[in-house]
Amino acid sequence: MSADIAISVDGLSKKYRLGVPRQDTLRDRLVHLARGLVSPKTNTSTSEEFWALRDVSFQVKRGEVLGIIGRNGAGKSTLLKILSRITDPTAGRISLRGRVASLLEVGTGFHPELTGRENIFLNGAILGMSRAEIRQKFDAIVAFAEVERFLDTAVKHYSSGMYVRLAFAVAAHLEPEILIVDEVLAVGDAAFQQKCMGKIHSIAAGDGRTVLLVSHNMASVQQLCPTVLRLASGEVAGHGPALAEIQGYLGGHRRAKERQFDLNGQRRTLEPRGGARLQAVELRPNASATGLGPWQLPFGTELTLQFTIELLHALKQLELGIGIFTLQGAEAVSTLSSWNNPIAEARAGIYTVEVRFGSLGLALGPFRFGVGVSSDRGLEDYISDAFEIEVVPSEKSLLPKLRSIQGAIARISEVDWRIRS
Amino acid sequence: MSELKAITPEVSEVVLEAGRSARHYWRDLWRYRELLYFLAWRDVKVRYKQAALGAAWALIQPIVTMVLFTFVFGKLAHMPAGNLPPDAYPLLVIAGLLPWQLFSAAFSGASGSLVSNSHLISKVYFPRLVVPLSSLAVAVIDFVIILGLYAAIAAWYGVWPEWKIVFLPVFIIAALVFALGAGLWLTALTVKYRDFRFIVPFLLQIGVFATPVGYRADTLPNWRGLLSMNPLTGVIEGFRWALLGRDFELDPNTLIFSTVSGAALVISGIWYFRSTERTFADVI
Repeated sequence: MSADIAISVDGLSKKYRLGVPRQDTLRDRLVHLARGLVSPKTNTSTSEEFWALRDVSFQVKRGEVLGIIGRNGAGKSTLLKILSRITDPTAGRISLRGRVASLLEVGTGFHPELTGRENIFLNGAILGMSRAEIRQKFDAIVAFAEVERFLDTAVKHYSSGMYVRLAFAVAAHLEPEILIVDEVLAVGDAAFQQKCMGKIHSIAAGDGRTVLLVSHNMASVQQLCPTVLRLASGEVAGHGPALAEIQGYLGGHRRAKERQFDLNGQRRTLEPRGGARLQAVELRPNASATGLGPWQLPFGTELTLQFTIELLHALKQLELGIGIFTLQGAEAVSTLSSWNNPIAEARAGIYTVEVRFGSLGLALGPFRFGVGVSSDRGLEDYISDAFEIEVVPSEKSLLPKLRSIQGAIARISEVDWRIRS
Repeated sequence: MSELKAITPEVSEVVLEAGRSARHYWRDLWRYRELLYFLAWRDVKVRYKQAALGAAWALIQPIVTMVLFTFVFGKLAHMPAGNLPPDAYPLLVIAGLLPWQLFSAAFSGASGSLVSNSHLISKVYFPRLVVPLSSLAVAVIDFVIILGLYAAIAAWYGVWPEWKIVFLPVFIIAALVFALGAGLWLTALTVKYRDFRFIVPFLLQIGVFATPVGYRADTLPNWRGLLSMNPLTGVIEGFRWALLGRDFELDPNTLIFSTVSGAALVISGIWYFRSTERTFADVI
């Protein structure tokens, strides 16, 4: 392995078993054994294998900050667990050069009965720091966490914000050669989050440390990681410059060409009646900022969506609805065309529907759009996963700190529906 | 960074491969000795933090057991105490309870250690042996407190230790090692089959009678052979020999049997623990 490679992963696979008859208790195990004796032919352990990771290979250079992205279940956590030596790979080889510290959770091992001071030492030891090292950084940790006055109070009396600040502060003062971080960034209140981000930035930038960062927050990935590893269903879907991989992740599976999305081939859910068919949608933001991917829209921008819809026959009380969801599935905003443009009856044909959002007041981060068409008969067409956008900070935005509270704050003003045939 | 260097002298290359994590296990265990210390310190601290009576709790159980056993074995069954001052049966019992309490506290602590630290196991790497090892500390602290109780009772009866007391540490370590051996089996099994949690108190309940805690092993010549199979018999006889002296003898057969069965327990315990350790994080 050449000297400037810090992490080398080769053909890594991890298999879990699913659907095995549960043998978690001794009784189950005995029952299982007894069944085997009575009827040895029927093998009940038709274990379904599940590959959490399959043949994953990549290398990370010394001093590189690599982002790891992927949907839930893509294998990110399994990868981190194997790299952190918590669980063993099923196949493949990893070599790690240098001391590794992993932060898969904030405050691992904190004990509620112990004081803040005691927990600093305990948590530090759990994360791999020596006693002398913790003592040396103790003051810096306390100052960073802003808990000076409560050092000798048991942490069970801490507010959740104080608890998390202290936990992050200990972790942030680790100085390993290789740091593995799972989405623990966004903790505490907005001001502390900014401080955390800054700290991670300086950890990543300083001392040629190698950092692996798993996150769903595309803005922070893009900000911190020049290169990104994209996982999908346990395999490497891409490894390259951050912007391209994030685009691949957000628009990826439907090969978005700029801002037009073909909706014809999209999967339908909720068994619509099919009297109307969503054909396509085009995103038309008012102004396009430079340096942004086509899926990225600045906070507060004006956005127009233009849908092409085919009506296969005449429909009464035609209505179009849009729901905007966070990637976790919470609905942030929704709007219905009937609010300012009710249609009593529409003939068969191809229609253009324009929806203008006067100001895109969504919190920062990725959002998924669901679109549906209904009539007096019920749902005519529905796509729960039509396309995705990412809201990024705008230059004029006063609220760049409001990240990770997606869905909590969303305000879309002046929604304007226009329907033309 | 000088401190870091002290822990990892060479910027080592760690290679992770299927089934190869065992390579630097013992060296890693040594490196994680500070974690061992902190986990032990945490357990001790937490144990004495909330209990208002603190150390008194460690004393109540042996005192009550001592009174009970003196009544049952000494008064009801008229078991002989041997060459002890008259009415000194409680001294015989407490000298046997000392190693028994040490063993049972260490054994039940080690048995439950992995499950009660499951949040660590699924989030951080360290040689898992650190967890059952660190759980022994609480048992040792309690032991020291009961040892004080013993000293007070022995002084009351005017029984002073002979030169043999220098061998006491050997038997203390033996009790801990046996407890660890049995605890490793149970804690690894409990990770997979939670039923084993219920087996531990049951085993201890039987064990206190199957071990010569409340009586002298040499008063039951017919059962001597069977009793010797119990590794703790050697430890308890050793304690009485080292602490009380007088007519307490060390039976060589018992010592050999106890040593062999105890060693088998520890070696097999470590083997089983090590062979299942790699899957702990996946099943816990």
